[in-house]
Amino acid sequence: MSLDLAAKRPNWFARLANPGQFLAWSRPLVWPLAGLTTLLFVVGLYFALLDSPPDYQMGETVRIMYIHVPTAILAEGIYVVMALAALGTLVWRHPLADVANKAAAPLGALFTGLALISGSLWGRPTWGTFWEWDGRMTSFLILFLIYLGIVALWRAFDDPGRAGRVIAVFTLVGALDIPVVKFSVDWWNTLHQGASIDLMGDRHMADSMLLPLGLMTLAFGFLFLTLYLVRVRTEIFRRRAESLARQAAASAAP
Amino acid sequence: MTAFLAVIGRDLRLATRVGGDVLTLVLFFIMIAVIVPFAIGPDSVLLARLAPGIVWIAAFLSMLLGLDRLFRADDEDGSLWLFRHAKIPLEAIVAAKVIAHWLLTALPLLIATPLLAVLLSMDVSTWMRTLLALLLGTPGLVALGTIGAAVTVSLRRGGLIAPVLILPLSIPILIFGVGAIGAEPGSSRAALLFLAAISLVAVVLAPFAAALALRLSED
Repeated sequence: MSLDLAAKRPNWFARLANPGQFLAWSRPLVWPLAGLTTLLFVVGLYFALLDSPPDYQMGETVRIMYIHVPTAILAEGIYVVMALAALGTLVWRHPLADVANKAAAPLGALFTGLALISGSLWGRPTWGTFWEWDGRMTSFLILFLIYLGIVALWRAFDDPGRAGRVIAVFTLVGALDIPVVKFSVDWWNTLHQGASIDLMGDRHMADSMLLPLGLMTLAFGFLFLTLYLVRVRTEIFRRRAESLARQAAASAAP
Repeated sequence: MTAFLAVIGRDLRLATRVGGDVLTLVLFFIMIAVIVPFAIGPDSVLLARLAPGIVWIAAFLSMLLGLDRLFRADDEDGSLWLFRHAKIPLEAIVAAKVIAHWLLTALPLLIATPLLAVLLSMDVSTWMRTLLALLLGTPGLVALGTIGAAVTVSLRRGGLIAPVLILPLSIPILIFGVGAIGAEPGSSRAALLFLAAISLVAVVLAPFAAALALRLSED
């Protein structure tokens, strides 16, 4: 019986799960992703600010929509990513799942904050108020607070392993807010307009506005991907540095 | 069943022997009602209008600040480890602690509401609706708070984080709780039912989430 001792190419799971493998294949991705993000922003902003029509009711202020809608979509989407990462920690014991959760939390808070601010600035000229306690805004504010709570939790724990598991539980509990945000415009009589693009593909928006909206959504999405990749890599490096420091301290002790 | 009741009895006996704590929470509850008229002026019509909200804010703050005592003492003296390896499941023990915590923190608040009603110029029917709303809403609040306490049990300086974590999740309880005290019978009945529904779901599901968090916090 012979044993095949030649080094095998790691399978797809190892390439995702093993930190060293992850660092290896993510390294050449960072700058191309950043370049693509910049390109998308340039093209998207050109269409959003210069080459798309003003709304017949709102005028030029409709252009805030090209920032507000993508950041809002991302704010919810990032929580879905975090919830999946939480499942990865608890159910599949994926080694990098808690890193995924930790890296995404501040980004989620950032995009939610951007959505709230851009929405507030848009609301002033359109509805006459910076803030209104309607269903969607309230549930979005709750989402923002949940993100900040998770960021605070990550900073409070000393042991990253235990932190990852416990925070995963809390992330899943907080995930109950996501359907509330999504359907809040349907459940409550609200200031916010209903969905303009529903899942059936029916469109209530002109194509000339859909193009910049789609481009900006892609741009913000790639912005998140780039920042996220860098954050995950940084976190892995940080943990390595910490364990090296611990080893050095342990071997230095007499 | 005897183990379940034993855990409830243990918590009650511990809390009443140490004394002080229950009374402090009730005092805090009453103090908020005392402070508010100084802050917004003694106009009794205004106070009567705001009274449901003030009572709920006071209840929220008192209960959220009392969350630390759920698991921290047990964690420090090793009882939590015993609970994890007990014969009845950890979820049952957490459920027992939820019941004991409600008896210790929410029940005294309910008993103190007449004083608040007088201080905030509430009429009798509003007070009775307040009592009912608190009765239905506080179990849900305690249940959600248990999740926060379980998540932060292993933090040494975790004092204020649990309230910060639980507050966003408990906002629906606040919304429906205040709505349930409102004057129109139709919408207040609907809000009351929602409140009861949230509390039921929270009380049933929270022990599972909290027990999971407790198990994962083990060294």
